Amino acid sequence: MDVLSILKELSINTAVSGNEHTMSEYIKSMFEKYCDEAAVDSFYNILGVKKGLGNSNSKIMVSAHYDEIGFIVTGFEEGGFLRFSNIGGIDAKILLAQEVTIHGRKPLYGIIGAKPPHLLNAEETRKAVKIDELVIDTGLDAEELKKIVSIGDFITLKALPFSLKGNRLSSKSLDNRAGLCALALLLEELSELKHDADVYVLASTQEEVGLRGIQVAAYKLEPDLAIVIDACHGEISDSPKGEAYPLGKGPAIGIGPNLHRKLTNKIIDIAKEENIPYQTNIEPEDTGTEAWATQVSRAGIPTILLSIPLRYMHTTVETLDISDVKNIARLAARFISKGCREVGDLWCY
Amino acid sequence: MFDLIKRLCQSFGVSGNEEDIRDVIKSEIGNKLNEVRVDALGNLIAVKKGKGKKIMVAAHMDEIGVLATFIDEKGFIRFSNIGGVSQFFALGQRVKFRNGVTGAVFYEEKLDDMKNLKLSSMYIDIGAISREDAEKKVQIGDAACFLGETVQEGDVIISKALDDRAGCSVLLQAIKNLPETENEIYFVFTVQEELGLRGAKTSAYQILPDMAIAVDVTKTGDTPECKPMAVKCGGGPAVKIKDNSVICHPEVRRLLEDKAKQLNIPYQLEVLSAGGTDAGAIHLTAGGVPSGAISIPCRNIHSPSEIVSLKDLENAVKLLTESII
Amino acid sequence: MVLLKDLTLLNGVSGNEDAVRNYIKERAAASGAKISIDSIGNLIALKPGKKPKFKVMLSAHMDEVGFMVTGYGENGTLKFKNIGGIDERILPGKRVLVGSSAIPGVIGCKPIHMQERDERGNNIKLKSMYIDIGADKKEEAEKAAPPGDYIAFHSEFTEFGDGCVKAKALDDRVGCAIMLEMLSRQFEFDLYACFTVQEEIGLRGSEVAAYCVNPDIALVIEGTTCSDVPGVEKQEYSTILGKGAALAIMDRTAYYDRNLVRFIHEAAIKNNIKIQYKQTATGGNDAGKIQRSRSGVKVAALSVPCRYIHSPVSMMSKWDFDACRDIVGCVLGEFSENQGMIESIKQGGQANV
Repeated sequence: MDVLSILKELSINTAVSGNEHTMSEYIKSMFEKYCDEAAVDSFYNILGVKKGLGNSNSKIMVSAHYDEIGFIVTGFEEGGFLRFSNIGGIDAKILLAQEVTIHGRKPLYGIIGAKPPHLLNAEETRKAVKIDELVIDTGLDAEELKKIVSIGDFITLKALPFSLKGNRLSSKSLDNRAGLCALALLLEELSELKHDADVYVLASTQEEVGLRGIQVAAYKLEPDLAIVIDACHGEISDSPKGEAYPLGKGPAIGIGPNLHRKLTNKIIDIAKEENIPYQTNIEPEDTGTEAWATQVSRAGIPTILLSIPLRYMHTTVETLDISDVKNIARLAARFISKGCREVGDLWCY
Repeated sequence: MFDLIKRLCQSFGVSGNEEDIRDVIKSEIGNKLNEVRVDALGNLIAVKKGKGKKIMVAAHMDEIGVLATFIDEKGFIRFSNIGGVSQFFALGQRVKFRNGVTGAVFYEEKLDDMKNLKLSSMYIDIGAISREDAEKKVQIGDAACFLGETVQEGDVIISKALDDRAGCSVLLQAIKNLPETENEIYFVFTVQEELGLRGAKTSAYQILPDMAIAVDVTKTGDTPECKPMAVKCGGGPAVKIKDNSVICHPEVRRLLEDKAKQLNIPYQLEVLSAGGTDAGAIHLTAGGVPSGAISIPCRNIHSPSEIVSLKDLENAVKLLTESII
Repeated sequence: MVLLKDLTLLNGVSGNEDAVRNYIKERAAASGAKISIDSIGNLIALKPGKKPKFKVMLSAHMDEVGFMVTGYGENGTLKFKNIGGIDERILPGKRVLVGSSAIPGVIGCKPIHMQERDERGNNIKLKSMYIDIGADKKEEAEKAAPPGDYIAFHSEFTEFGDGCVKAKALDDRVGCAIMLEMLSRQFEFDLYACFTVQEEIGLRGSEVAAYCVNPDIALVIEGTTCSDVPGVEKQEYSTILGKGAALAIMDRTAYYDRNLVRFIHEAAIKNNIKIQYKQTATGGNDAGKIQRSRSGVKVAALSVPCRYIHSPVSMMSKWDFDACRDIVGCVLGEFSENQGMIESIKQGGQANV
């Protein structure tokens, strides 16, 4: 599997939270290559199943969300400009001089401009812009624009993947297309390894607006065990100590009350046995990931969290190390194949 | 329709205390439907049986208000908000307890800057002369609603509690003139929406509908120097696209838009960046329910002088009816 | 008080309730309850009724606020973060126990002599605090207390004043103690005593427990805030120490069922047990999740007032604790005598004691 090209392709696809149908069929066919079955549900979650050896009734769910942060059109300004608001958490400071795509009747190119610096007053020079002060310039006149765009249309950040030195890739939406890529790699690994349990891969929706897709998917599937794959903050020179993780040092395994302790210890053992690099990600309270929702679904689902260190999260230059994506898939596959056979009595306290 | 709205708005129904408004709604429904029941949290669920699609329509019957939490020696009542009560809107207003006792809301005058006004430095004055005297009329734990007459001026209604008695009136009108349909329709008048969409969550769990539509009020962007928003009072019912609690299901949104076009009624598209509605709780219930919402444009939300357009309400009734049959 | 003393001396920071759970498991099993433990760690003890028509759920959380090891300083100190809501101001100079082997540690801070002028006037942020376990090197500290180890307050159980108790974790070991006492009694209905986990970080365990039990009616037993101290306005006291168990009307997470609340209040008055209404609408507890579980559950919350809650020196009155226990007992007794009352409250009607 050519990981780099899959990552690139996944990242340039668009699926703003709540508007994921644009990408659901693409993912479904990606899953179908390795799964016994794959289906899209009414919330555009995609669930694929890879059957186990048949000597276990248990269901393991491995999930990664595929929605991305973006924007939504809220109104028109004279001269062919669009007002917009954000979907998901976005730092408005990165939006100045940014290219976007408006998903109207047809895809439309737009620019978020910036007021010329010599026109700024002292206050504006110092203070960060707010999203409701910004507009998108479409270059069209208002009449023409209204034929193509309507209030409620979704907008995505536009950026092409950019390979940096070594194994590093920079692009938009690697949070969490990198996780999705890891799911594909996991499925490939699993076709080589034997596993007892049925493995359900889930590409989930609306994570960025409040862990919504996973809530309905986990409820419906009711798995016995959940592994959540997401991005965590990659270490940069000025990141706070203990809150960011270096790139290329392996997946970050979540530790804290949100995650099942014995299963987490087990996956750490497997990483050691298999010589897969890993780091630990200490989360004393809410992990802020889908693990928070799965753990308390129905009668409770024991959950493990694996994260890919990612720099500059929620910008167009999210940067990761491809080896971390590969290692997350290797680790999850070996845990499912080998670890799960041994965990039996570990699932409960 | 105005008379109905007036009856609804003037009934007592602060979140968690929906008994009176529920009785009023119950009697409005009468025996027009197959079944009317009340659940554990107090939601009123009225069912039109059928073999077709299972559809849930929700409007919340609770309103914001205050809760008496402490009575001092002189008989002044301290209170907590029930739902989103603005200290600035509350100042100088009157509140009425369920038993009819009326009080004035005012503030501790020792305040350097009005900007720092807090509900915790405000009190309710019911004219009592001592704690004992006050306790004859009001007990700790009693809830009160704000007072605000229901009047009609031209096309608009000005009243307290239009959030969401306006929505309740839309449901009731739809029930009254419901055409023949195969669908099984659950009209749910929910409780405790203002406290976090609580009733909607538990009622949706019991019903597990195939689709849900919430009817609630939304903000407008048509008043002097207000925050920009492309929704106008009188511009027609709004089809919700998103708010903080839900991104509406594309199929439900399309259904509502298509029906509005077919009926040839004016409608608007709503993108709300703050606030939520019952659809937010319903759509995540159990295995998920595709949900959308019809919003009534409403000025001055959560004040005793909320304003909605009668024409918008009438069109909302048509749009809702057409979308569920 | 022996039971409560035992319980408060155990450590059970959210997500690490094992020691508390094991203790309760043994006690609950001894009283003839059927024990189950779920994947998040809740312990649900079922005491089957003699002629059960309904399921009554009691709920108290086993967890307490605390900390977690997140990193190390160069000279062998531990960096840490809080688990649950803790006022940073109280931390400097407190004793803690770190990890499963309960290594003693102290939360150090710069002596007043060494503080700069502006440091003296400002509170110290948790970010710049550290725990000293006596290690000199980073490696030594990391070996003794790996990242992710839980840290609990260390505090003796002390009786003082007029029937007062000081301990850590009174919130909510008081509830656990009362539930254990109830399990030794026999009722007509099925009693589900849910000892929940992770309340302090978002009412996590109760969401799962309520879904599993699917009760007809529920009562949460808690330790709640009590601010009847100098410098606080009377309307902000919330509860008053020594005035009995506190019955909540509404808080941030739940609006309690008014008929059930009235029933509990009347039961206390009739039996001459001290009861007070909680006179603020702040805070929240497991009731928020229980109320909204499945199709909705009628719920009330009865609490023991605790001053200095979420600190190692939480303080309560034994008389309030007794009152809370006695009211829970007599409410369950009334329900047991006449299960029709449960039905009546469930249907939204009034029930009279």
